[in-house]
Amino acid sequence: MKPTDVSDPEFFHKVVDCQYACPAHTPVPAYIRLIAQQNYTDAYLINWESNVFPGVLGRTCDRPCEPACRRGRVEEEPVAICRLKRVAADFKDDIADRLPKAGKPNGMKVALIGAGPASLTVARDLAPLGYEIHLYDEQPKAGGFMRSQIPSFRLPESVLDEEIGYVLDLGVTQVFDTYVDSMADLLSKGYDAVFVGSGAPKGRDLPKLAGRKEADANIHVGINWLANVAFEHIETIGKKVIVLGGGNTAMDCCRTARRLGADDVKVIVRSPFDDMKASPWEKEDAMHEGIPILDNHVPLEFVVEKGKLTGMHFDKVEPVYHDDGRRELVSTGEDPVFVPCDDVLVAIGQENAFPWIEKSTGIRFTSWGTPIINDDKTFQSTRKEVFFGGDSAFGPANIITAVAHGHQAAVSIDLYCQGKKISDRPAPNVTLISQKMGIHEWSYDSIPITDERKIVPLVELDQALSDRSLEVELGFDPETAFIEAERCLNCDAQTVFTADSCIECDACTDICPTSCINFIQNAPEDDLRQKLAVPADNLEQPLYVSGTLETGKVMVKDEDVCLHCGLCAERCPTAAWDMQMFFYNTTKATPKLVKQR
Amino acid sequence: MSYIKPKFRHPKLPTNALGYTVADYDGSISTLCAGCGHDSISAAIRNACFLSSIQPHRIAKMSGIGCSSKTPTYFLGKSHGFNSVHGRMPSVATGASVANRDLTYIGISGDGDTASIGMGQFIHLIRRNVNMTYIVANNGCYGLTKGQDSATTDLGSISKIGFENPFDGIDLASLALLQGASFVGRSFSGDKDQLVPLIRAAMAHKGFAFIDVVSPCVTFANHAGASKSYSATRENIDPMPLDFVPMREEIRTQYDAGTSQAVTLHDGSVIHLHKASSDYAANDRQAALSEVQTANAEGKILTGLLYLDPDSQNLTHTLQLATRPLNELGKNELCPGSHVLNSINEGLR
Ligand SMILES: Cc1cc2nc3c(=O)[nH]c(=O)nc-3n(C[C@H](O)[C@H](O)[C@H](O)COP(=O)(O)OP(=O)(O)OC[C@H]3O[C@@H](n4cnc5c(N)ncnc54)[C@H](O)[C@@H]3O)c2cc1C
Ligand SMILES: Cc1ncc(C[n+]2csc(CCOP(=O)(O)OP(=O)(O)O)c2C)c(N)n1
Ligand code: SF4
Ligand code: SF4
Ligand code: SF4
Ligand SMILES: [Mg+2]
Repeated sequence: MKPTDVSDPEFFHKVVDCQYACPAHTPVPAYIRLIAQQNYTDAYLINWESNVFPGVLGRTCDRPCEPACRRGRVEEEPVAICRLKRVAADFKDDIADRLPKAGKPNGMKVALIGAGPASLTVARDLAPLGYEIHLYDEQPKAGGFMRSQIPSFRLPESVLDEEIGYVLDLGVTQVFDTYVDSMADLLSKGYDAVFVGSGAPKGRDLPKLAGRKEADANIHVGINWLANVAFEHIETIGKKVIVLGGGNTAMDCCRTARRLGADDVKVIVRSPFDDMKASPWEKEDAMHEGIPILDNHVPLEFVVEKGKLTGMHFDKVEPVYHDDGRRELVSTGEDPVFVPCDDVLVAIGQENAFPWIEKSTGIRFTSWGTPIINDDKTFQSTRKEVFFGGDSAFGPANIITAVAHGHQAAVSIDLYCQGKKISDRPAPNVTLISQKMGIHEWSYDSIPITDERKIVPLVELDQALSDRSLEVELGFDPETAFIEAERCLNCDAQTVFTADSCIECDACTDICPTSCINFIQNAPEDDLRQKLAVPADNLEQPLYVSGTLETGKVMVKDEDVCLHCGLCAERCPTAAWDMQMFFYNTTKATPKLVKQR
Repeated sequence: MSYIKPKFRHPKLPTNALGYTVADYDGSISTLCAGCGHDSISAAIRNACFLSSIQPHRIAKMSGIGCSSKTPTYFLGKSHGFNSVHGRMPSVATGASVANRDLTYIGISGDGDTASIGMGQFIHLIRRNVNMTYIVANNGCYGLTKGQDSATTDLGSISKIGFENPFDGIDLASLALLQGASFVGRSFSGDKDQLVPLIRAAMAHKGFAFIDVVSPCVTFANHAGASKSYSATRENIDPMPLDFVPMREEIRTQYDAGTSQAVTLHDGSVIHLHKASSDYAANDRQAALSEVQTANAEGKILTGLLYLDPDSQNLTHTLQLATRPLNELGKNELCPGSHVLNSINEGLR
């Protein structure tokens, strides 16, 4: 293998598993260390700069970082990264004076359609540069699906209002209660650029299922129903409720129905339990609230008696997995199952819909109904001053993805408005600094503790079910948060190797608790991976390979389960290994948004 | 300084025939200087015991005084051990080996511990052919007492304070050969590919197995002019590679004819000497002595298996000891009663 080029920041970025997996590349270990130091404010601000909604995300994020977390590979459970983010939000001081202000007007005007997380991120990134931002939404308040869909027992309104406030306070012009019904009109209003962050607002229905029309009064499309609950247009539901679907929307629907007075709520899903789209923790939360999940049930018909919905018929199926990875649901041939109910909530997915974007605007769409985007990085549409991001760009995803899109779109819009090439993206902001404090002392807690993952305490179930807006999770207290924070392995404390200094004494190989370091003859990567002390079978994790050493061997480190304990560097007599802190701040329109202390 | 090694290990660590991972053979974290050759020897012993699937509790580590003699704390944390007086490990090891002949004895000593204060004891281990592996971690100085020249410091080697050594160093491998050791090896702490199989072979050998391991002292003898530094050793080393194949694997291992020479040990395991060293006669004491001396004269360090007599008779046989360890003998066996005494007395009349 060729020697690893560690001057390319992407090598070390990939080693920080959580940060790499985070769509917005939040510097996770950096904020976790600040939490351990009880510096919640700076922990919050690092988050705020990267993901704009730390308080919201610390409660609701889909947390792609956690399955990626290295801790999950050296013991059972990853670090509770998401709930630590909430800790930073819960315990921070007043941050008002640390936040950026609206920039001196630069004479450019940008319209943002939809006030969800994607648009709010664009606004946050562009306002400090002096852009005049016009934020449109058909709803009376900003937040998009964060407000209309995510129930307040998971995300209190006060948290949402606070964090949306930080963005709106940057001098954003709010054009709410306004549905944009013509893109052509909007484009004639002299905007320098337009960002479409209108989400994927159309909930799927079952229009052809028998009885659908007759039972219409008691059948509700999940996302519309949740929005109506959120905006207090709906306050009750029948006693017996069926929720169709296996995603997170279904989980929010069933839990909300419980709180509106339904005492017999069932989630009924076509697929097997393990294949359901909902996150494992969302399923657990629903079941904890006494909601059974019936899997392998395909809806057959709505049963209507005397003009009123009385229940539904389902066909019991079994999954058959084919060699090509295809899954087929095959009927068991049993009699249809009847499940009685008063109301049905249909939560089987959402779609993009752009009835307000005329063909004449030159904005073209794929056959899936999503806009054609130049490439994944720029978010520019086929009309050069129009950009898309969030659920509107590639279909329904989640908040953190919308935020990540927003950052990239803001970079594109800024480059575009300055007349620069939008494909020439500025480099990320990166530092790599030695952590050596003394002969064998590092400026971070290098030896990992063995404590198991902490569980977030909940309010009493009766209390939770009786109050729709009572937050269920209580969050970590500072003591628990400290232990959970100390579980982090500091994957950003990089092991940096200087081949010229190595005398090949093997001390690092011998001490390494997880057998990462090898001195062997070079070979092609596949070969090398097999020849290591423990074969490097996790292909997602890179090998760190040195140039040829004096004996003709090379140093090969498998990054997979490195504990970042620094023992290799402590045992090295020549400081050929050094522990260096790697800080990676992904490319943004405003690179240094928050003043670091 | 970290005094704790994290508990986490690679989740896919291979296991040996006993189901143990190499981590089960770890000891406490070392307190030696970072980069000390002795730590590499500790790791080599750990790896060798793991690979040979020896039960940790069937091993006893014996040592004297010195940095090298401290190392038993840093490997095989679940084994027996005795840290004796400076240079006196041989007598303790001899006693232990006759008391319990079933354990695997590993002695760790230094050049000071063996070639200076312990010389008078060491030589009798060889003479008696005590069944043990005796490793000298040879750094050519008294590391623990701040780097004074030792009896193995080479002639002309320059000490850290700038003195040129006016004496010829004792070559422990030659001495062991001369005195009739049944297994003599030499290696380098920085060459685990050779050292690990050599230790495994030594442990499988049923007699006194001596290994002289050049083991640089990074702090007091790793400077320019020090003859046992990492760089000087690498420059002058002449390694003869080998493999060790335990009996249970031998049947499955295939070697191309002519590429290696095989030496079978008493327990059926086999040492394979690779092509580079296959014309070396490891079974010829005279030849070995001459090869070692020639290499020494050329300033070369010949490493590998220097001599082996797999059929030697060790102390327990020479003394016709009971076939079982003392701790397994019951009262009736230890004190068989007056009728046995009477019959002995009768025999003497
Ligand atoms: C029930 C439910 C629960 C969810 N829970 C989570 C969760 O826990 N965690 C998570 O990360 N994600 C969750 N999501 C997904 C997440 O809410 C979305 O992925 C995210 O909000 C998308 O952000 P966005 O900015 O692209 O658009 P949205 O948040 O969808 O905002 C779009 C906004 O645009 C407005 N709009 C649309 N068209 C127009 C128009 N023509 N004129 C004016 N305004 C318009 C809409 O009113 C809306 O306010 C959930 C989704 C649902 C449905
Ligand atoms: C009876 C006795 N004499 C002297 C000493 C002092 N002493 C301690 S270690 C040592 C020399 C150790 O040298 P070596 O065996 O080569 O070990 P190293 O530290 O080099 O590994 C001496 C002389 C002692 N501890 N006991
Ligand atoms: S251990 Fe810490 S730094 Fe490493 S992946 Fe997990 S959260 Fe990130
Ligand atoms: S920091 Fe060094 S010693 Fe510690 S696990 Fe990583 S490679 Fe091994
Ligand atoms: S401890 Fe340092 S000098 Fe020794 S092998 Fe490792 S990197 Fe090289
Ligand atoms: Mg010594």
